[in-house]
Amino acid sequence: MKKFAVVAAMATAFLGSTAYAAELEVTHWWTSAGEAAAIAEFAKVFEEETGNTWVDSALAGSGTGANPVIISRIIGGNPMGATQMNTGRDAEELIQAGLMRDLTDVVADLDIDSFYVDQDLLEPCRYEGGLYCLPINIHSWDWLWLSTAAYEKIGQPVPTDWNEYVASWPALQEAGILPFALGTGWPINGVPGVLMAGIGGTDLVMQVNRDKSADAVRGPEFRKVAEAMDMLRSVVSPETMVPSFGDAGNQLLTGDAAGNIHGDWLQGDLQIAGGVPGEDYECLPALGLGTQLTGGGDSFYFPVLPEGTDPAVIEAQEQLARILISPEAQLKFNLVKGSMPIRTDIDLSGANACMTKALALLDNGLLPSGDFSLSSDTQKQLEDLNLEFIADDNITVDDYIERYASIIEQAD
Amino acid sequence: MADVATQPAQGTETSTRPGFIQRLFLHNITAKVAALPMIATVLVIFVGCTAWTIYYSFTSSRLLPRNDFVGFDQYVRLFGTNRWNISITNLLMYGSMSLVLTLTLGFLLAVLMDQKIRFESAFRTIMLYPFALSFIVTGLVWQWIMNPTLGLQGTMRNLGWTGFTFDWISNPRMVLFALLIAGLWQGVGFCMVLMLAGLRGVDEEIWKAAKVDGIPTWRTYISIVLPMMRGVLITSVVIIGSGIVRLYDLVVALTNGGPGISSEVPAKYVYDYMFGGGNIGQGLAASTMMLLSVMIIMIPWAYLEFGGKGRR
Repeated sequence: MKKFAVVAAMATAFLGSTAYAAELEVTHWWTSAGEAAAIAEFAKVFEEETGNTWVDSALAGSGTGANPVIISRIIGGNPMGATQMNTGRDAEELIQAGLMRDLTDVVADLDIDSFYVDQDLLEPCRYEGGLYCLPINIHSWDWLWLSTAAYEKIGQPVPTDWNEYVASWPALQEAGILPFALGTGWPINGVPGVLMAGIGGTDLVMQVNRDKSADAVRGPEFRKVAEAMDMLRSVVSPETMVPSFGDAGNQLLTGDAAGNIHGDWLQGDLQIAGGVPGEDYECLPALGLGTQLTGGGDSFYFPVLPEGTDPAVIEAQEQLARILISPEAQLKFNLVKGSMPIRTDIDLSGANACMTKALALLDNGLLPSGDFSLSSDTQKQLEDLNLEFIADDNITVDDYIERYASIIEQAD
Repeated sequence: MADVATQPAQGTETSTRPGFIQRLFLHNITAKVAALPMIATVLVIFVGCTAWTIYYSFTSSRLLPRNDFVGFDQYVRLFGTNRWNISITNLLMYGSMSLVLTLTLGFLLAVLMDQKIRFESAFRTIMLYPFALSFIVTGLVWQWIMNPTLGLQGTMRNLGWTGFTFDWISNPRMVLFALLIAGLWQGVGFCMVLMLAGLRGVDEEIWKAAKVDGIPTWRTYISIVLPMMRGVLITSVVIIGSGIVRLYDLVVALTNGGPGISSEVPAKYVYDYMFGGGNIGQGLAASTMMLLSVMIIMIPWAYLEFGGKGRR
């Protein structure tokens, strides 16, 4: 059906309909239940306020599968009206090559500097005085999700930090409960960053992600992180992995698995599945150990459209840009998505328990996450390493540290 | 006689033979004009793009190509990367097993099909059917069948055979065989049809002669028919071989390179680094190595196959 709608939309576009309402194609990779519900909020506000049509092009495969499609469409001269991408360096060359639209004038009267909660968020969007993207939320990987049902089964209180959680593993395994739920593929890739912030602390994150210091990776603090990865490896096996992170979330709700480290977008799925924070699941930001979250998030980019594009579409781009960061859309979107808004001058009383915890930590400032400060090339290499490490017990902790260090050494 | 046909009828009585250049361009000119689009395609798309690929594999190009030469840096990094080395080993293992098994099974099936059996066309259709499915569909189907909890293993265990184990897809040491099963299921039928066509091309008289000489059937197949099918065999090897080198979609659909990185293949490395990692230089270096490996196999073969004829 969706395909039909897109084709129909394209067909009418080619026929050159002269209607005032423009159709703006928006690409994103928000395909899980919670994510799809969140992006629908943006679409609703956009269509209600402007009368334009939001043509939804959801791409499967998250950052690893959808990002390449988005990039090759832009490079290949077939740009969409607007696209979501991770806040960070994935699009930096597209910006440098002049393929993205400068939004400085579009948002000039909004005084965005005054309400963005952390100015660092805008940093990747700025290039030679222009503003080429708009961060629309703050995402953090730094969450340990715990299943209330699983701990009821073994008759223990739900842990309050990482160390208690690790200590509960033997009891869980004895009861036939999976200590750590994990989706196949990319989800493991976020885990070292979380361990780094929670166990290693702020300094380690800064040294590794921002300064790209290989010495810090070889140091004692990172060793703790690698050892924690090794512990995780001991309770995770390919047979117990589930196809996606959403399935891992379901395992938590049913009590089949006890815990999971995953980004806050998991919460959207937990809520759609009927989970209530504090009752069905618990959340521990920064593993219950740290005081700061590493943050990245999502941004919207508006590619430069080819000559001869209907001016109404170009205007629709501008309207969408302004709506995305408006208080109303920010509130509706982030409450569903489970992410933190980019502005805190809005009424967040609707936020649930987990989001409230996150908002409190936000005041301490954000730490740069890996996808925020490392190039996609470096991220890809780290992903390969993490995938290999978690599946292959023959790679020792020392090997892991050394290989991590050599990737960081060559990072740019 | 083509000379006569294309000789411009100018009536001049110069009996001198046309020069080399003239012959090169004017000899059979209609055919040459007709071949022009193909020649242009080959030059621009195949040769041109190959040259482009090799050229930029020596640069530090990231998301967009740029002319910043770094020598062999991309290649040094490539061969220092565990994932690439695993990919090559996987391809060699999968490739050799797949080539041998596809040819053997294809030939065996074709021989069985050749025994003047009833409902031959029905069997042929059934055997060829998997080939009509894309690798993505094949991969997904087999992913469900081989999934330890949902597929065959789970079914057998639910039926009461609790010791039944078939977890190749999540076992790093066996995952290549899981790929092989799916690959063979898809590819053997096509190989069989090619072989069958080859078998049918063998003259009945040869069979009769062999019968008269009292040669057993199996011996006739191996020593007489098989060598006569040389053309079909070479076609099959080239088709299967090119399928192996560009193996990508099956892996993506069936295992996505997992568990861990134990079923990665070179083509997936190229795609992942070119688009996922935004590193064109690295991706192109990897694809150049893929090209090189094909050349290493193809050039000696082409030399043996065509080299002799030129000097004859």
